[in-house]
Amino acid sequence: MNTRPDLLPGEGPDNPSRRQALKTGGLVVAFLWLGGGAKVLGRAGQPGRIEAGDPAFAPNAYIRVGAGGAVHLVMPSIEMGQGAYTGQATLLAEEMDLGLDQIVVEHAPANRRLYANPLVGEQATGGSTTIRYCWTTLRQAGAAARSLLVAAAAARWKVEPAQCTVTRGVIRHEASGRSAGYGEVAAAAARLPVPERVVEKDPGAFALIGKPLRRVDTAGKVDGSLPFGIDIRVPGMKVATVRACPTIGGKLLAVDDARARQVPGFVAIVKIDNAVAAIGEHFWAAKQALAALDIRWDHGPHASFSTEQLFKELADASRNGTPILAREVGNVDGVKGKAVEATYELPLLAHTTMEPLNTVVHVRPDGCEIWTGTQVPARAVDVAAKVTGLKPETIVVHNQYMGGGFGRRLFEDSIEQAVAFARQVDYPLKVVWTREEDLAQDRYRPAYHDRIAATLDAEGRPVAWRDRITSASVLAKFAPGAMGKNGLDSDAVEGAAELPYEVPNLKVEWVRHDLPEGLHPGWWRGVGPAHNVFVVEGFVDELAHAAGKDPVAYRRDLLQKNPRALGVLDLAASKAGWGAGTLPPRVGRGVALATPFGSYLCVIVEVEVSPQGGIALRRAVAAVDCGVVVNPNTVEAQIQGGLIFGWTAALYNGITIRNGAVEQSNFNDYRMMRINETPPIEVHIVDSKEVPGGIGETGTVMAFPSLINALFAATGVRLRKYPIDRSALVQGADALKAVVTEAFDEAATAVAKGAA
Amino acid sequence: MLILNINGERKSVDVPDDMPLLWVLRDVIGLTGTKFGCGIAQCGACTVHLDGLAVRSCVLPVSAVGDKAITTIEGVGASEVGRKVQQAWLAIEVVQCGYCQSGQIMSATALLAGTPAPSDAQIDAAMSGNICRCGTYVRIREAIKQAATGRKLVPQTIPNEAAAASSGTDAPGQAFLSVRQEDAA
Amino acid sequence: MKPARILLAALGVVVAGAVAFSAYALLTVGDGRETGAPQPAAAGAPANLTDPVARGEYLARAADCIACHTVPGGQAFAGGVAFKTPFGTLYSTNITADKATGIGDWSDEDFVRALHAGVRKDGKPLYPAFPYTSYTALSRDDILAIKAYLFSLPPAHAPARANALGFPYNQRWALSFWNVLFLKKARFEPVEGKSAAWNRGAYLATALGHCEECHTPRNALFAVKRSQALSGEVLQGWKAYNITADKTYGIGGWTDRQLADYLSTGHAAGRGTASGPMGEVVQNSLQYLTPEDIGALVAYLRAVEPRQGAAGSELNEQPPLALASTADAPGAEELARGGLGQHLFQGACAGCHLWNGQGRQSAEAALLGTQAVNDPAAYNLTQVILHGTTLQTAHGQTSMPSFGRAYTDTEVAALGNFVLTHFGGKQAGLTAEEVAKRRAQ
Repeated sequence: MNTRPDLLPGEGPDNPSRRQALKTGGLVVAFLWLGGGAKVLGRAGQPGRIEAGDPAFAPNAYIRVGAGGAVHLVMPSIEMGQGAYTGQATLLAEEMDLGLDQIVVEHAPANRRLYANPLVGEQATGGSTTIRYCWTTLRQAGAAARSLLVAAAAARWKVEPAQCTVTRGVIRHEASGRSAGYGEVAAAAARLPVPERVVEKDPGAFALIGKPLRRVDTAGKVDGSLPFGIDIRVPGMKVATVRACPTIGGKLLAVDDARARQVPGFVAIVKIDNAVAAIGEHFWAAKQALAALDIRWDHGPHASFSTEQLFKELADASRNGTPILAREVGNVDGVKGKAVEATYELPLLAHTTMEPLNTVVHVRPDGCEIWTGTQVPARAVDVAAKVTGLKPETIVVHNQYMGGGFGRRLFEDSIEQAVAFARQVDYPLKVVWTREEDLAQDRYRPAYHDRIAATLDAEGRPVAWRDRITSASVLAKFAPGAMGKNGLDSDAVEGAAELPYEVPNLKVEWVRHDLPEGLHPGWWRGVGPAHNVFVVEGFVDELAHAAGKDPVAYRRDLLQKNPRALGVLDLAASKAGWGAGTLPPRVGRGVALATPFGSYLCVIVEVEVSPQGGIALRRAVAAVDCGVVVNPNTVEAQIQGGLIFGWTAALYNGITIRNGAVEQSNFNDYRMMRINETPPIEVHIVDSKEVPGGIGETGTVMAFPSLINALFAATGVRLRKYPIDRSALVQGADALKAVVTEAFDEAATAVAKGAA
Repeated sequence: MLILNINGERKSVDVPDDMPLLWVLRDVIGLTGTKFGCGIAQCGACTVHLDGLAVRSCVLPVSAVGDKAITTIEGVGASEVGRKVQQAWLAIEVVQCGYCQSGQIMSATALLAGTPAPSDAQIDAAMSGNICRCGTYVRIREAIKQAATGRKLVPQTIPNEAAAASSGTDAPGQAFLSVRQEDAA
Repeated sequence: MKPARILLAALGVVVAGAVAFSAYALLTVGDGRETGAPQPAAAGAPANLTDPVARGEYLARAADCIACHTVPGGQAFAGGVAFKTPFGTLYSTNITADKATGIGDWSDEDFVRALHAGVRKDGKPLYPAFPYTSYTALSRDDILAIKAYLFSLPPAHAPARANALGFPYNQRWALSFWNVLFLKKARFEPVEGKSAAWNRGAYLATALGHCEECHTPRNALFAVKRSQALSGEVLQGWKAYNITADKTYGIGGWTDRQLADYLSTGHAAGRGTASGPMGEVVQNSLQYLTPEDIGALVAYLRAVEPRQGAAGSELNEQPPLALASTADAPGAEELARGGLGQHLFQGACAGCHLWNGQGRQSAEAALLGTQAVNDPAAYNLTQVILHGTTLQTAHGQTSMPSFGRAYTDTEVAALGNFVLTHFGGKQAGLTAEEVAKRRAQ
């Protein structure tokens, strides 16, 4: 099952326990590869001055205690809304016996050696790994710091360290009545050797972990004072905005800026191979000037490419391509029974982080400074070095709070582009993409064509299970060396190869079909599972229907050997009142169950569908077993937000390409769920002592199948692709001819009212 | 040269007439709390107040402001309603990435200033123009109600026991979330 | 005489008549009737413009040549714009001075004849999508000034796209007959007893601005019905409103200021904003007219005979639901009633337009009192929701994004009906099926 092996830092990539970890996901695998075999030691890493200020006590890369007592914690995983800073700070503060109100969190500088996620080997945030992999490392780091500070105090007082207690950063020796703050002993502690291994707190003694603590990053987010990357202003800075060739793989031919020169505040244009940027005194001047440029493009070899073509190619590759085996159990051939099969198609998706991509870059002859919000700060240094030819040690990345990441900021393309523009000018340049550019030049979640089939025995249980997935490979682009020996992309099959259910014969394969060069696939919140769990759970629902069984009962029957999964299924069903009472016509409930990122989730959604195909979400209930909970507040927020993120895509999203260019441009045609579509979302957390599972992406994974299955329950229409075609949900032939009156509307307003 | 009244201060700016207020605030004056999200008034991240009315500053030409009072997220806490909204936002722990929240708070404050006890439907009518990609809508709704009623609510389905335990004395001064009053179920 | 002979004689008369008509049509098709006619008193360009190219530029703008002869983002006057008509699709031609693909080798005579008689250099008739039925009234001087301007611009190599017309509409010669029936080849003549401003406005509105081409209903043969001049017509899914002086259905209730503002800036307080094709007219043409010429147009429009028109939109300036709303929310009763349209308006529209229809970011976003929200058939409302609209004038740019791609027919219909009811007080009857049809237009 998906329990995370208790890995220790320093284990090589060939270590069996690591290989077992590979099963949990492609993105994690990618990180493992990025780290190579290098030993990345967080807690035993080189202490010392990382930032200016030379703290008195810096026992490891994460903890800085000043002589005045100020405690600064440097965050290895970045904050993009998912609560990572609060979670990491909680782990450190717990072991240091500090309150979260007593610490200051800092962005980590780009430094793989110090801040690589110690178990995955790269300075990167993603794959819902932060708490999973910081759980041991940061508690060790905190406990080691505490032991050194206590030892220093004990030595000064000439008492046994074990006789000392710590409360909120004050060390006390009860017997002698002496006490000292951390700052007072910081310098002395710095001279002591860092212990190899310290004992972490007993969970029974946790004062912070498991409590709904306030986040550490929110105060400045409600009064506008906390700067995001886009808010950075550097003296002498100019602002640029960009247009890259809208056609996949196209190049810039020529630009005439005659009209742009008339724009007040216009400064200059700068060009690279496939893009042009207009620079202004402010963004408005840059934007106006960009609009006034007469640009000629070489539209390149894909100028007739379309998404219709893409899906045709995927379908063709699925039948005629070479499948790569992902997992085989038993023998699926020759199994007798009732055959059920289906084809699912998933669209390209964009991220549309609320904060458009942006980077401030100052390239000087002797170095380069970059201010940006990135999930991969060390890679930002790599690309800046590549573009400028400067030595990596002369490149400084000031990472910033991010207005959403969702995987987009795991790609450094916009940073590389900004550096390429900025090296052409001698002032600091802030490059801000418009929303239109964001949609046109994303690293899109790839499209999928999945053919899935099962054979059911007399009781309706699946005795054979086949799943053939066809898609491009994100992993091959992001970390080619992390591809399996047989060419398998573990991300493409994550959530499909390992099922929570008992299936005796199973064969899961993947057919690789690349996107045209220049159309880049990217990580997207939920990664592999967001794709596969939709297909698997939609299909399990189809099987339940084919077997004439209730969808919850059907799953329960298949989960008898998976107690944690069974636990969340039963909890969600009971909280949702599954099976109790009758629902009105065209109202239905859908269930989805999965075990992504080491956590166990079940989500039940209730929808109402109008005669004309309008969809109103009425209620959602989630049951979560993510092992030990560091902060239930964050878990609930991530499930609620993750569901909305996924429902948004299921209801509305899908990037389409015509004549080689993305057709969507902004929120008017790439639509977002809004507050008046949001149902009440209950999150029930299972009390658990298991190691923590990931949480940031799990809600998104569950969103797709729960909604699709609910729509089936409400209408009898089985949807196997999204964005949901609401015309397929229309009741009767005359519905579209009827004047669209307020008939649907009770449902629409009921959405918001819900359980309030 | 235009004279703008921003958060109670007069600022003179020399900008083109058609420059949207958003960029005057962010790139000329340096008030970066107001955010750029879409540039077409579809996401609400750029919401500020003009004489108390919520407006999307990304499409508002600065020349249309005239002598109307501009309030931004940096200044909204000066009003009692604005302060209550900010406090409720923290108490309910609405914020995730936080990028849209300046706009959400501005929209919510304008709503509450005119409608002190909004219904769910009124919240929808006033708040649906503000997009949140993190999906904080459930908590936004609760925070508006808390700001309106002053009644402590925790929207979470976090078990009561955990929250109650958190308010214990083992960590005085610790900033815990407020405790849910009603049964979570 | 026997009945058979009578019939035969009658047939003979008909045939003879047809032959004579055909001969007349084919012989006169290229005749522009320029035979030394007097120069109209009201020449198109302001008197202080003396440079022929500058005059030509002003006139080309007043005649809005660029609208039909320039594709978005393309080189000016290079042609290629598609016109979807009930008979098929026509493409405008390249009127730059390119010799191979444009009109570079056209003589003055060729050019004048094209505008006066509707024929090409080779004498073959042009399709009346080219408004020669209006341009025929232009003076020779004005036409040559336009030519001088076009020839002063860089030529574009842009071969004409082949029209996609079915039989019999692809038979150009047949247009000769159409011309005999519907083309009155006469220059503009000032009307005595009318003011100089009116006469100038008439020349601008008819000969140059060709307002009737869109605003006057057409008969089955696609000719304008002069008896219903300017009383409104639907074209490519957009409604050109009734611009007669009718107070209820036309613009009779508008003040001079509102008319002048609308024409010169695309927006009139309390009356709405030009969008779609009319937005383009303001953007490409009207905004460049001098205040005197705008005044002349107003004087002319004021005096257009009031007509109710076929599908008049009665302006309701006191729609109860909008009046019961605040900026932030609709009235309690309406809010409680809910509805898909209201639901969608909350998310995508209220931020700019406000529930009380007063607009927010800009005056252009105000909806109360506009024709769009008062047209029960919701033509322009549907188009604006589906395709958005942009207005770029000297005062800056206002635009509304398009919602057609991400919103279903059902949603657009519901939103349209909500807007009509809420802001126009109308019984709305838009269906998803109807939206689907308009989407295809």
